[in-house]
Amino acid sequence: MRRLQALLLGIVAIILLLTGGAWFLNQSDGAKGSKIINMYNWGDYIDPKLITKFEKQTGYKINYETFDSNEAMLTKIKQGGTSYDLAVPSDYMIQKMKKAHLLKPLDQSKLPNLKYISKDFLDQPFDRHNRYSVPYFWGTLGVVYNDKYYQASDVNSWNKLWNPKFKGQIMFVDGAREFMGIGLASLGYSLNSKNDAQLNQAYNKLKSLTFNAKAIVSDEIKMYMENEESKVAVTYSGEASEMLSENSHLHYVVPNGGTNLWFDNIVIPKTSKNTKGAYAFINFMLDPKNAAQNAEYIGYATPNKKALAYLPKSITNDRQFYPSQKQMAQMEVYEDLGQKYIEKYNDLYLELKMYRR
Amino acid sequence: MKKYNTLFAIPYFIWLVLFVIAPVILIFGYSFLDSQGHFTLANYATYFASGKYLMMTFNSVWYAFLITLVTLIVSYPTAYFLTKLKHRDLWLLLIILPTWINMLLKAYAFIGIFGLHGSINHFLQFFGLAPHQFLFTDVGFMVVAMYIQLPFMIIPIFNGLEELDNSLIRASRDLGANAWQTFTKVIFPLSLEGVKSGVQAVFIPSLSFFMITRLIGGNRVITLGTAIEEHFLVTQNWGMGSTIGVVLIIAMFIVMALTSERKKGGKR
Repeated sequence: MRRLQALLLGIVAIILLLTGGAWFLNQSDGAKGSKIINMYNWGDYIDPKLITKFEKQTGYKINYETFDSNEAMLTKIKQGGTSYDLAVPSDYMIQKMKKAHLLKPLDQSKLPNLKYISKDFLDQPFDRHNRYSVPYFWGTLGVVYNDKYYQASDVNSWNKLWNPKFKGQIMFVDGAREFMGIGLASLGYSLNSKNDAQLNQAYNKLKSLTFNAKAIVSDEIKMYMENEESKVAVTYSGEASEMLSENSHLHYVVPNGGTNLWFDNIVIPKTSKNTKGAYAFINFMLDPKNAAQNAEYIGYATPNKKALAYLPKSITNDRQFYPSQKQMAQMEVYEDLGQKYIEKYNDLYLELKMYRR
Repeated sequence: MKKYNTLFAIPYFIWLVLFVIAPVILIFGYSFLDSQGHFTLANYATYFASGKYLMMTFNSVWYAFLITLVTLIVSYPTAYFLTKLKHRDLWLLLIILPTWINMLLKAYAFIGIFGLHGSINHFLQFFGLAPHQFLFTDVGFMVVAMYIQLPFMIIPIFNGLEELDNSLIRASRDLGANAWQTFTKVIFPLSLEGVKSGVQAVFIPSLSFFMITRLIGGNRVITLGTAIEEHFLVTQNWGMGSTIGVVLIIAMFIVMALTSERKKGGKR
């Protein structure tokens, strides 16, 4: 009995300690003051010179923190320890955050520079009428190849990935939407298909693609392509631009027949305390000159139409990262499929991963 | 005196409740919930009805079995050899040393070693053997898994063998048993406890490997760990993930039961 009492007492003590600790951390974490903007962004995803410039121009101080996955960011914002004023989630995550009521609606009258964003990139399915988000960068899903072994015509359509000469050679980015998407796109179906017959058809077709898979990995693709461990990989244009700058033999192709179009977007989380500063910063980043400078530094494609004029022709004419209108028309943004189909995609994907020999 | 004993036990009990009992209860509870949070048995039905999860379970058990078997075959002679050495503490330290390094770091090291331009392929090139694919294969995965698990098999067997009374071996030889008989009838049965705890220490963690299946296996080797990760992080179906977790926990208890059944008859 006494032992039980001691046990209970101990548990109560621990609870008190942890609560106290959490309270203390919440108090101290994150900078405060009306002149400070807490920004939560991907690592190395903004030209640091722009931050300095903004601070000099406006007198605000930017407190820049980084995350490495949308899920990690979501958790941190949900938990609400730091009152972030700005965050940069990807498209599907915005839908999720919207549902969880973690975002502040944007007052577009406070964002005059929004007019510079190309109409093609506004009013996307993940955030209709851009009520919560402003596009920051965009890109595609495509194929990186090494010109020592292959050429663009080997990989310029999804169906060519089934070519037996790629046996055990292709690296795929680890994601159910991406892998199933290759099957769906190669059959001419929507990447957001909720049609069981189409999904099964894609599944059956993808079975034989697994023979060509060398590995299904995530961030490591960058390393393997750069050091030529792998010759071909299906990956995102953002990752690809980093690989291309490391190894001049690498090239990126957006296969014909439709692919995923992705966005990273600036949002203002509910927790924001310096909303005025946040608007000032978004406007600053939407300014064509600043957007161009940022795009040149990061190497991703900017949605800012006016900014294209400030970028060198060699960048804006690069069909690898600024695909043609015709190709753009075929691209699709991932929509939230709902629990049932998220599971369906992942179940099929898991079976494909297991399928072999 | 007794009072103090209770006091000293408090940290242990807190630990037990917070990190063993509570999580197991949570996993068990979650396994009966669907993604909306309603009570359901559907997770278990899905698990046992779909060939996919049973196949995955079989894969996991099969890989874990192979890893355990080969590490045992390598470890037993090694441990036996170690007991005969002069500076055995030093040798033992060298075996323990790699366990101080984080598993992920070791896995990354193997990526470098196994790569097409890695040291093994460099070595093979020397003999004119064309570059071989080691990464993302079953063999590569097994080798790394065994490398990581080896110390956990060697140490218990070593301890078992070291406790062995040398006079028993001499007695066995005196009574006319040859070396092989001495080994099978005396040495091995007496070191069985060590072998059993070694098997436990290797088999159970091997069941749920998942970082290695990704880094070295390139997701071409799929075990239950991969499925659990997927359900918790991607589909957010914690119920299904927990169901697989419960199956793993049950599998662990089975292994524990199998490897400790004869303990009662032993010492004391």
